[in-house]
Amino acid sequence: MSLWQKHAILEKNSIVLVIGILLVIAIGGLVEIVPLFYLKNTIEKVDGIRPYTPLELAGRNIYVREGCYLCHSQMIRPLRDEVERYGHYSLAAESMYDHPFQWGSKRTGPDLARVGGKYSDAWHRDHLRDPRSVVPGSVMPDYGFLAKTDLDYKHIAQDMKVQALLGTPYTPEMIEDAMKDVAIQASNDNPDAAELTKRYPKAVARDFDGNPGRVTEADALIAYLQMLGTEVDFKMYDDKANIR
Amino acid sequence: MDPTYQAAAEFAQRWGLVYFVTIFAVVLAYALWPSRQKQFDEAARIPLQED
Amino acid sequence: MANALAPQKKMTFGEGGLALSLVGLAILSIVIAAKAYTPEYAFHAYLFTAASIAAVFAITNRYFDRPAERPPLVNADGRPNYNMGPVKFATIAAMFWGIAGFAVGLYIALELAFPALNFAQWFNFGRLRPLHTSAVIFAFGGNVLLATSFYVVQRTCRARLAGDLAPWFVVLGYNFFILIAGTGYLLGITQSKEYAEPEWYSDLWLTIVWVTYLLVFLATIWRRTEPHIYVANWFYLAFIVTIAVLHLGNNPAIPVSIFSSKSYIAWSGVQDAMVQWWYGHNAVGFFLTAGFLAIMYYFIPKRADRPVYSYRLSIIHFWALIFLYIWAGPHHLHYTALPDWAQTLGMTFSIMLWMPSWGGMINGIMTLSGAWDKLRTDPVLRMMVVSVAFYGMSTFEGPMMSVKIVNSLSHYTDWTIGHVHSGALGWVAYISFGAVYCLVPWLWNRRLYSLKLVNWHFWISTIGIVLYITSMWVSGILQGLMWRAYTSLGFLEYSFVETVEAMHPFYVIRALGGFLFLCGALIMVFNLWKTVYSEAVAGEAGIQLQPAE
Repeated sequence: MSLWQKHAILEKNSIVLVIGILLVIAIGGLVEIVPLFYLKNTIEKVDGIRPYTPLELAGRNIYVREGCYLCHSQMIRPLRDEVERYGHYSLAAESMYDHPFQWGSKRTGPDLARVGGKYSDAWHRDHLRDPRSVVPGSVMPDYGFLAKTDLDYKHIAQDMKVQALLGTPYTPEMIEDAMKDVAIQASNDNPDAAELTKRYPKAVARDFDGNPGRVTEADALIAYLQMLGTEVDFKMYDDKANIR
Repeated sequence: MDPTYQAAAEFAQRWGLVYFVTIFAVVLAYALWPSRQKQFDEAARIPLQED
Repeated sequence: MANALAPQKKMTFGEGGLALSLVGLAILSIVIAAKAYTPEYAFHAYLFTAASIAAVFAITNRYFDRPAERPPLVNADGRPNYNMGPVKFATIAAMFWGIAGFAVGLYIALELAFPALNFAQWFNFGRLRPLHTSAVIFAFGGNVLLATSFYVVQRTCRARLAGDLAPWFVVLGYNFFILIAGTGYLLGITQSKEYAEPEWYSDLWLTIVWVTYLLVFLATIWRRTEPHIYVANWFYLAFIVTIAVLHLGNNPAIPVSIFSSKSYIAWSGVQDAMVQWWYGHNAVGFFLTAGFLAIMYYFIPKRADRPVYSYRLSIIHFWALIFLYIWAGPHHLHYTALPDWAQTLGMTFSIMLWMPSWGGMINGIMTLSGAWDKLRTDPVLRMMVVSVAFYGMSTFEGPMMSVKIVNSLSHYTDWTIGHVHSGALGWVAYISFGAVYCLVPWLWNRRLYSLKLVNWHFWISTIGIVLYITSMWVSGILQGLMWRAYTSLGFLEYSFVETVEAMHPFYVIRALGGFLFLCGALIMVFNLWKTVYSEAVAGEAGIQLQPAE
């Protein structure tokens, strides 16, 4: 009896109530989130994942800015139709350097996790300028302004420094050469292209927006789209090795 | 299978069950204890009282 | 005209301290504006400057106008001297943002049906969609929660709201956060975490406002003259505390520079996904559910004039709900690269969540037992009871959609959008409308202008909701089935764009539903407007309140 009267403390003492609430809500979050940082099998062991080049990173920031993730997912589920439509199901490793992740939650448009290399740069340019000129039934907005806007990348090295602080393996050399790397990657037949691929394996350097004189936002966005899902060579990947 | 995963899963499954059942029992006992009836009836009338 | 006995008028520590901090903020934001990397960020810094200076003027003005003594806690007649000014402000703000949020929702619904409406980068779907979600959830819903929580905590504790400037700081500061967030989306300032899009500086500002909110709420409870803390306040407290935890857990980010609006979130990839949906689902659980259940537990008994059906059930409901909800996040990540064990946990708890949800629904609806006739005569009460029924419907649909096999079809489709809106329009908005229809006459000491118009509002928006959710069911399931359809030769039957084209008629019907819902809300605003500008009711039993200031 007296013990249960003490329980009235919960009801009459707001601080105890607050602590009770905190305890109850803490458990679920801790159990679901903390192991993801410690269990080694959370992120698959796989070759080929590298940090974004400065141009791709700038493109990714445009992807974020325009809210592309609101209509396009970047997460192929291991279901038969998705794998046939989009390619190999997505691995956790493929987004391990994504701050923030862009898996998305809605497919008003198709999944983009492996859109890299599926279409030509020219197709992307037309599609961004006027989506219905290449896909008549599309409901996508026009993004013609990207090709008309110069890419603002004078602070991109700072972006990479912050990412390095958060654990993305950008070396001091990569950060130092960031501005140069943007210029290299956005131009055709640049003599220094080999330097870029040394720092960022498989990075493709060319004039993505069809306008060699300028580095525009379209250069950055198309560079990003063209590398999506191309890092892992799935001919070499062993599905069985990473069963979770 | 990762051994740390196995150990973590075993621990969580066993003690998780104990934890859930205990918490639920405590809440049920608190809410349904007969002597608290009067107190709850008073509390339920708070919004209806005028000042 | 001070006489010798009157105490000397002094600036309080709160007034002086807040004014000084705001002067500091104004100076800091001028410096940031001058050196900002982008004009968009400079614009926000100027907004901070202007708002801080305006607030300093307001504090000084108020100081010169106010009497030397603080307002008494209890009036001469022995009744608590309630502070309803901030409640009134938040009520008006809720209706303003509600109309804005519904209108933007209608516009983006039309954009999906008629893409030519994406005529400039600031008004593209990708930028307007977060504006819609934030405006309806955080601006409309948030202001309803601020208004009702400050009202309910005062009335059920029989005590004046704690703090002098603090409650005003909470409501004004919160609405300033909305302004920064909303203009930011149009200008392309976003960190792309769904329902947590505002960038680092808005997040910092919100943290300050939210901690103040918690302190004001708690300190009011400490002042109570009532021995019990009424259960509605439990739900409000869980909402405030948990939203604080979620906000801090989901938003740690490092800005590129103090002069840049851009930041990078500390988490990445699969961990970021888990943290995001732990946040995202509990924004539903604690903002859109716990907070509005608090409204249910106060306003339905009050309006029906009978105590809640079972106070014991409300306590079990409370603990079971907050305990189970926090686990449900991973059902947003079924079949993704999130490890299976986490998906299974999320699914299990989501299914269990059905039980406390329906416990709460039964408790709300059964409060009317013995007074069902009121549903016929009182459209305000009917709106609230129907909202609880919608709550029951969407909390059945939710657990069902969290089953992996169902989710494999529904995920990424409009079914999710329909599900969200049956909760958002049917439950959250209806219980809010009901509460505001109650609050405005109580706060302004008026009689509601027209019950007939409430009836019109109810039926027009109910038809709107039905059109909305049925069209989204059909389009969602249809699209899910088309994506996985195979020809007899074993090829995928439809290209992606064919499935997009098939959605068109349903997008038009959905927009019509949204239009009707907006019309209903406009009728409501008209009704409230006429109420406030009608003559005051003298001595109406029970609802007479002291004027705020």
